[in-house]
Amino acid sequence: MKHLLSINDLSKDEAIEILDTAAELARLAEGAVKKFPTLRGRTVVNLFFEDSTRTRISFEAAAKRLSADVINFAAKGSSLSKGESLKDTALTLQAMGADAVVIRHSASGAAHQLAKQEWMKGVVINAGDGTHEHPTQALLDAFTIRRHLKGSEGDLSGIKVGIVGDILHSRVARSNILLLKKLGAEVVLIAPPTLIPVGVSQWGVDVSYSLDDQIKSLEVIIVLRVQKERMNDLYFPTEREYARGYGLNSERMEGMKDKAIVMHPGPMNRGLEISADSADSARSVIVEQVANGVSVRMAVLYLLLGGATFKELSSSGENL
Amino acid sequence: MNSYRIKAASDSNGKVGDHFVSGGKFVKEGELANDAQVIDAKGLTILPGFVDLHTHLREPGKEDAETVLTGSMAAAAGGFTAISAMPNTLPVADTAGVVEQVYRLGKHHGICDVYPIGAVTVGQRGQVLAELSAMNQSEAGVRIFSDDGYCVYDPLVMRRALEYVKTFDGIIAQHAQDPRLTEDSQMNEGEVSARLGLKGWPAVAEEAVIARDVLLAEHVDSRLHICHVTTAGGVEIVRNAKRRGIMVTAEVTPHHLLLTDDLAESYNPVYKVNPPLRTRNDVQALREGLADGTIDIIATDHAPHPHESKDCEWDAAAFGMIGLETAFSISYQVMVETKLLTLAQLVDRLSKIPAQIGRYEDHGSIDEGMAANFTLADLGARWQVERSKLESKSRNTPFDGLDLPGVISKTFHNGVLVYERKSK
Repeated sequence: MKHLLSINDLSKDEAIEILDTAAELARLAEGAVKKFPTLRGRTVVNLFFEDSTRTRISFEAAAKRLSADVINFAAKGSSLSKGESLKDTALTLQAMGADAVVIRHSASGAAHQLAKQEWMKGVVINAGDGTHEHPTQALLDAFTIRRHLKGSEGDLSGIKVGIVGDILHSRVARSNILLLKKLGAEVVLIAPPTLIPVGVSQWGVDVSYSLDDQIKSLEVIIVLRVQKERMNDLYFPTEREYARGYGLNSERMEGMKDKAIVMHPGPMNRGLEISADSADSARSVIVEQVANGVSVRMAVLYLLLGGATFKELSSSGENL
Repeated sequence: MNSYRIKAASDSNGKVGDHFVSGGKFVKEGELANDAQVIDAKGLTILPGFVDLHTHLREPGKEDAETVLTGSMAAAAGGFTAISAMPNTLPVADTAGVVEQVYRLGKHHGICDVYPIGAVTVGQRGQVLAELSAMNQSEAGVRIFSDDGYCVYDPLVMRRALEYVKTFDGIIAQHAQDPRLTEDSQMNEGEVSARLGLKGWPAVAEEAVIARDVLLAEHVDSRLHICHVTTAGGVEIVRNAKRRGIMVTAEVTPHHLLLTDDLAESYNPVYKVNPPLRTRNDVQALREGLADGTIDIIATDHAPHPHESKDCEWDAAAFGMIGLETAFSISYQVMVETKLLTLAQLVDRLSKIPAQIGRYEDHGSIDEGMAANFTLADLGARWQVERSKLESKSRNTPFDGLDLPGVISKTFHNGVLVYERKSK
């Protein structure tokens, strides 16, 4: 694994290695030392063409806990908005000597191009590209599920996960589907037909148009954010009608399995896709997802950048 | 005037013989001047020059991508002796002045015949008919009209255009694309687009417009040409329309005969094209449609773009591929080597039939008395596409690195040698 662009870049073993490493890092962080010297001298650039405070600070915290130098590059605009092109930005970062670039971009495939076009040499980590993928979100979701339902060990076999909402436009859903299936979970997509992509039959998942039919059979429900603007593109008639059919609320949650958990990648539209009492319920692990995000991103940075550096550091220490 | 004795070339039916060129025409042996130059064409095949009904030359306005001159050179290198310049230039070719300018540039360079296609509507905006008669009566003699790049979507505008051009035996070439169903669309809608997170371009957006337009053409009894058909459903609609006797013709591009939508997995915008690459099933239907005559011709949709328009994110990249220089080889590989067509049938679809549709009378035949527009091809040889060595000013070929059959050796326009492949 040279880059992390898509969940498809990971084998099942590599995915589990990331989860195990994240678990170990989380355990260590509970001790006295919260910061590790692993990435000292390395530069991690957070290249965000799209605003996403929570993902950016999560990567920033992860990199800093590994002692990397962090540069936040909030690129205003892109080729699409006639700003600086992705290529020129990449050449600039290359000139500055970035060891890893964490990229968030509104265009699907932007991370892929950054890695494959040879504009720069560093490691590329996809922090969300258009409506394509968001692999670290899927890893942190899998981490959270595993922690609650599998004792933080092994894969996710035997677990049924429902993903509810705007599958069509969701990079979180795409990465989650790939990873959950890779780890042996059963996946059902729950949404109105307008928000299910044409071609979904090839994905090896079940599709349901009814949350009420599915909710009692799920160990995990992942509620996706619904952009209010989707209404204007005729994906559903009104927010109220969407909430009535697909919004998670305490009434709907009655009869869920004992240990079932509720997840949301954030930021939430309380009252639209999830009610306040559901978001704050005992089943909700939404806040924990955020904490786990830091551990998982530390693991990704560590495994993509860390090993060699750690050796370099210790050997140069001996030479001194 | 140039005079040639083309010795021992084989024709598209495999018949070997000599051909004589003088005064810009094919002549009898007796009419040849004594000092005629002898071209030993043994092992080569003489073919009528190819005729492209769908070319983007970008001049005026986007000369960084292509000019009439560089586009003509690319055409000659591909064996074409006639090309048809689409009107989406700056300014749009929607007046007699602009089409005459393009036509004269073609004449001035004299590498191939450049027939301008006029815009159907003012500014290609789909609202008001452009002065179609004025363009027809201009020096350019425009017969084909298209808003290519945009669909003539308003059914009333399309109906009026189809009716109006009957006065001068004109034809409307429709870019069939429902604009509402393709807002921000990036690639064929299907399993691949769903996986890649690129906005889908459904087949029905093309097919619905084709269906409407064949019915309109039937109703007003006019000639309709469908640009770049890409879907199995579109082929079926045209097939049925022809059975009903509707005057519809259709074209397919070489890239849609070979490439499929899964190439977008690379996110390399060189594969971004309008209409988009479709599925294997569609490619097969297009080949069969071309073989059985449902699709009449091959047209390149040669669409040059400067490097920066393709060296960026997929969403931001321009649509289009260049294709003049690879059209024959790709078509030969997918249609003749697969035995779907004979060489003669393929050449009809690249030369004679497009010349008939466009009423380009100096093209499509190498019979005595015809203008000497022809090409000599080495069908036994192969060549490798190298984007940096193409004659086009642009480099956006999806075929870079491909090893292809059929080398265009020489091309003659009105009896003048305008292209000769450099020996390696």
